[in-house]
Amino acid sequence: MSELPERSDDEELQPPPGAQRPKAPVRKEAARRRFIRTAALACGVVGVSLAGWIPVASAQKTRLRPPGALEEHDFLSSCIKCGQCVQVCPVAAIKLGDLDEGFGIGVPYIDARNQACDFSCDAVQCILACPTGALTYKKPEFAQKRAGMKLSRDPVLKAKAKDAEPTLNLKERIGVARLAHPEACLAVQGKGFKGQARGANFKGTMRYMEVDRWKPVPVRDHPYERAVCDLCVSECPIQDAIKLEEFTGADGSKRHRPVVLEQCVGCGVCEMICPVEPAAIVVDERQEWKA
Amino acid sequence: MSERIRVMLGAEPQKPAVISPEAREWHAMKRVNKEDFLAMKEHARQHGVVSHKWRNRRWAVLLFCNLLFTFSFWLDIQLLEGALTASRFAGFHLIDLNSALQVMLAHKHIIVNLFIGTATVFFLWVLLGGRSFCSWVCPYHLVAEWFEWLHLKLVDKKLVSDHQFHRGARTLFWLLFSALALVTGYTLFETLSPTGILSRALIYGPSLALGWVLLLLMFEVFYSRRAWCRYVCPIGLTYGMVGTLSPVRVMYRLEHCFHEGDCKKVCLVPHVLDMVVKGRAEHTEVPVGPDCTRCGLCVDVCPSGALQFDVKGLSRML
Ligand code: SF4
Ligand code: SF4
Ligand code: SF4
Ligand code: SF4
Repeated sequence: MSELPERSDDEELQPPPGAQRPKAPVRKEAARRRFIRTAALACGVVGVSLAGWIPVASAQKTRLRPPGALEEHDFLSSCIKCGQCVQVCPVAAIKLGDLDEGFGIGVPYIDARNQACDFSCDAVQCILACPTGALTYKKPEFAQKRAGMKLSRDPVLKAKAKDAEPTLNLKERIGVARLAHPEACLAVQGKGFKGQARGANFKGTMRYMEVDRWKPVPVRDHPYERAVCDLCVSECPIQDAIKLEEFTGADGSKRHRPVVLEQCVGCGVCEMICPVEPAAIVVDERQEWKA
Repeated sequence: MSERIRVMLGAEPQKPAVISPEAREWHAMKRVNKEDFLAMKEHARQHGVVSHKWRNRRWAVLLFCNLLFTFSFWLDIQLLEGALTASRFAGFHLIDLNSALQVMLAHKHIIVNLFIGTATVFFLWVLLGGRSFCSWVCPYHLVAEWFEWLHLKLVDKKLVSDHQFHRGARTLFWLLFSALALVTGYTLFETLSPTGILSRALIYGPSLALGWVLLLLMFEVFYSRRAWCRYVCPIGLTYGMVGTLSPVRVMYRLEHCFHEGDCKKVCLVPHVLDMVVKGRAEHTEVPVGPDCTRCGLCVDVCPSGALQFDVKGLSRML
């Protein structure tokens, strides 16, 4: 129906003798229909593209972004959705968003409970890989900044503590840890922990300096035995980011509780390693540290 | 050239105002000896070999490029890291021009690597033909080509018909998506781009977004032939503009043409082949316009070799 007649003087393409060229009103009608169709297409495509705004506006998904990410709006606008950050991460902590995240499609995030960033790359490789500055060591002048994002001191990586340059280039936190369920915490209950931190089926990996400096190994291959659970404290990759504090329980017994300190960068290792289900300690993305 | 750009932006091709004397002679010749002409045409048709030379080469290149991303990541050979939107080839930044444009407009801040990658890709595609990106690299082009075959089968059986849109729609989308990126600060087009979605799916695994790509393909099969590439995709227009500067193009040679129009039937952008209509060619040799994706389907299908790849300055090299 939509075939507009060829305006050609080629005999082969002209209607056979006898058949008449479509009359002007027919062609006009076809052109009109095509115009309406085109307008509908334009509205349809733009409408669908705007729908990507819905998940962003309703913030259904607040995501922990990789280290060095700009603030959320700037991050979404600057990320070119290439996944180069995904490719360099030695522990495969970074995933890309899907269609249900609207404008966040193809944009990297970290699901810390499943696989946290443990900085086993040493140099915050994801930032180095990013071609657009969506991940950056130093925020550009114009970019909006969140209060409490900047760390007061450069974070020291425990793994590099003896190196000449022990700090991470990173100067900002991506979130901050919080003991969300103190009642569930084993240390608070005065309990220890023995076995695979997250069970036999957990796929997450982590670097253990005593096992291999450069090769992260599965958490399930590295069982623990602790008289008082302190996994979040001992596995935290950053120096002075979290400590175990002693207190006296209601029954007068000696108890402990993990306390998050100002150097916490929000990497999420504590959330990943916490053996209780759901995790007693979690990372709040893009939150500032409060004393 | 300005006329060809107008056609790329959506205008209907016009009959040329002036036709060179040589071309005029050819046009006249083809009219005078009708009997001879038909005999020659029959001859050419019988001796013409239906080849898929360029199509096969093109599919091989397209698959190679896209799978190189996949295997670089899977096998960790780090040769081509990233996805089609932005990548690093042996350490050199490469950034897709349309994605770069969207990010620059949305973010309004251009860091050095972004600039270097964009400039590299710009020069690369000026050299290689502009829209040749579409047919030689874009993964959506390939799947759309496969589904187009299904569409044509259904049209043949009269089960569906091709509903055309105004080609100016693509120019409108290009402007709209640029304006939306600038105003909202989000790269809206990247949310929809089947090119990005497919490229990422090939590298990082399947996603829900593939459903959207399937929807587009269904629209093309049942409603409008190659609708996304023809009427929507701003990537094609971006590379088309780059291609206006390119030395690589398909060249039309009037003397070899028998005007049967097979080329226009296989072409994704048949408006660029307007000169094959009898009496339209303004010279004896006419380069095909910048909206051409250099896919070579017309080169393969022409029984008399009137359409050939050509590099400006290195004529008849191919
Ligand atoms: S900083 Fe963390 S997320 Fe980034 S590459 Fe290193 S380990 Fe992976
Ligand atoms: S490397 Fe940068 S631009 Fe690419 S996906 Fe990661 S954050 Fe986005
Ligand atoms: S306390 Fe938790 S989130 Fe904070 S740096 Fe340590 S492991 Fe990471
Ligand atoms: S790892 Fe979990 S249970 Fe153990 S001390 Fe830390 S928060 Fe408590």
